[in-house]
Amino acid sequence: MPAATITTLPGRIFAFYRDGFAAMQQGRTLWAIIAVKLFFIFAILRVFFFPDLLAARFATDQERAAYVLEELTGAQALIHPVHD
Amino acid sequence: MLVDNIDLAMVNWARAQFALTAMFHWVFVPLTLGLSFLVAFFESLYVRTGNPEWKRITRFWMSLFGINFAIGVATGIILEFEFGTNWSNYSWMVGDIFGAPLAVEGIFAFFIEATFFAVMFFGWDRVSKGFHLLSTWLVAIGSNLSALWILVANGWMQYPVGMAFNPDKARFEMQSFWEVLFSPVAVSKFTHATTSSFQLAALFVVGVSSWFLLTGRHHTLAKRSILVASVFGLLSSGFVAFTGDEAAFTDARVQPMKLAAFEGLYQGERGAGLTAIGILNPAKAPADDQDPFLVAVKVPGLLSLLANREPGSFVPGIRDLIYGNPAEGIVGIDQKIGRGRQAVSALAAYTAATAAGEAAGRAAALTAFQQHQDFFGYGFLASPEQAVPPVALTFYAFHVMVALGAFFPVLFLLFLVWTMKDTIAGKHWLLRLGVISIFLGYLASQAGWIVAEVGRQPWAIQNLLPVTVARSNLTAGAVQTTFFLFLALFGLLFLAEIRIMLRRIAQGPASF
Repeated sequence: MPAATITTLPGRIFAFYRDGFAAMQQGRTLWAIIAVKLFFIFAILRVFFFPDLLAARFATDQERAAYVLEELTGAQALIHPVHD
Repeated sequence: MLVDNIDLAMVNWARAQFALTAMFHWVFVPLTLGLSFLVAFFESLYVRTGNPEWKRITRFWMSLFGINFAIGVATGIILEFEFGTNWSNYSWMVGDIFGAPLAVEGIFAFFIEATFFAVMFFGWDRVSKGFHLLSTWLVAIGSNLSALWILVANGWMQYPVGMAFNPDKARFEMQSFWEVLFSPVAVSKFTHATTSSFQLAALFVVGVSSWFLLTGRHHTLAKRSILVASVFGLLSSGFVAFTGDEAAFTDARVQPMKLAAFEGLYQGERGAGLTAIGILNPAKAPADDQDPFLVAVKVPGLLSLLANREPGSFVPGIRDLIYGNPAEGIVGIDQKIGRGRQAVSALAAYTAATAAGEAAGRAAALTAFQQHQDFFGYGFLASPEQAVPPVALTFYAFHVMVALGAFFPVLFLLFLVWTMKDTIAGKHWLLRLGVISIFLGYLASQAGWIVAEVGRQPWAIQNLLPVTVARSNLTAGAVQTTFFLFLALFGLLFLAEIRIMLRRIAQGPASF
């Protein structure tokens, strides 16, 4: 629908973005780069290479705090398994 | 000791990966921060004069701003991933401090990007001139304020204030948001990083415009752009010098080892000179009596003036800071290590007493910990010499930054004068220098971060947590894999940035 014929505010905002994206020249290449990049960052890097180690290994904040305290004081430094 | 069991190779790979990511991220950020304001200036001139040439100029630079922003978007998020994976101890310990600033940054950035960015790019001829201009200014102001929160977080790592360590949770907890926000290091980080970014963006505009003049194209756009950018660059250069001076003054108070390292000052002295040009002696060690320099030209008294605002004052050197200097009231690192180890032992005793339910032992251990907690991080150092950052890298990065920082205002002045006289198109040597200066601007900007971050080693949090303890319990191989993955990814994105930018610059403003 042409933007000029839309009267409601949400409709005009939608048309504003729709027409803006449609009129982009170099923007399409950039959006493609952004999409691939975000997919790579969130679906590959985050999932397969960058887990939040403490969140993944421990269920509660209390366990995480206990682990970090052990790391700090060095009491149990050698018995924790090394992760790949 | 924990320190004996640390995989140093892992720590170094994690540091290298973080440096790679941060430096890549910083390729895009400064241009975004500075070019957004230049675009706002160009558009203001368009709205004020009604001259369509200013609109063409605005839209051309806005398109380059958009490319830079799009390629750089979300690169910073990778740093947060690295915190959780490679630096999990650190990440846990600072979560309460960084949570608030980073959440504000996220909300702020999203709000601005989703609204005013769209008006700025899509709103030409669809909203009023005034509202479009307002959106452009809000993008500039918002982008810079968005950077504030990250720089506040970085400032806190260099000078941890407004917090208390919770020994039950192993976390630093915020006590005063305002103290964190307005700490002198946070203020100087923000002002120096933003003003130097303005300088870089001005160099970018001058450099691209110089190329247009060298190739005989878009003369009006080039000359007008140079005029605005060189004024902006000249003003920014003044602020860069002022904020840099403030940063050095603050370093002298809160990170004196960094100051000594970036000046290659081993033996403290009164009326210390600032090294204008120097080549460090690579064989120099803190304890020996060799000359730290193979060649050095110094300006007498200037370092004392920079550090203390008094030309005859004492500036401690690396040796004073490591081994102590009782005459100047400087405590050596060995004493700090002793107190740090007492803090670590007290924390261990506190944890054991808490687990055993011994209230008296818990209270005694807590009192002991609190007596020594300001030196906590020193308890993880194996020797006093470990408190010294890599001197050569810090020294050369600092001097490259300062030398270029002194050169840029001269360059802007020459461009301004000859553009006002309308003879700039014939100054081919200066135009070539202008093009090269785009690279020099990035070099100075990256060198500044090397000074800030390498100069504060070995600390992840100054005096409280060395990088060797901030790291995760991972193998070096795991971090190595992702390092090379990033190298490939960042390489590709960098090539894409250059290629798309060059293509857009080659098209010029003709399509608007």
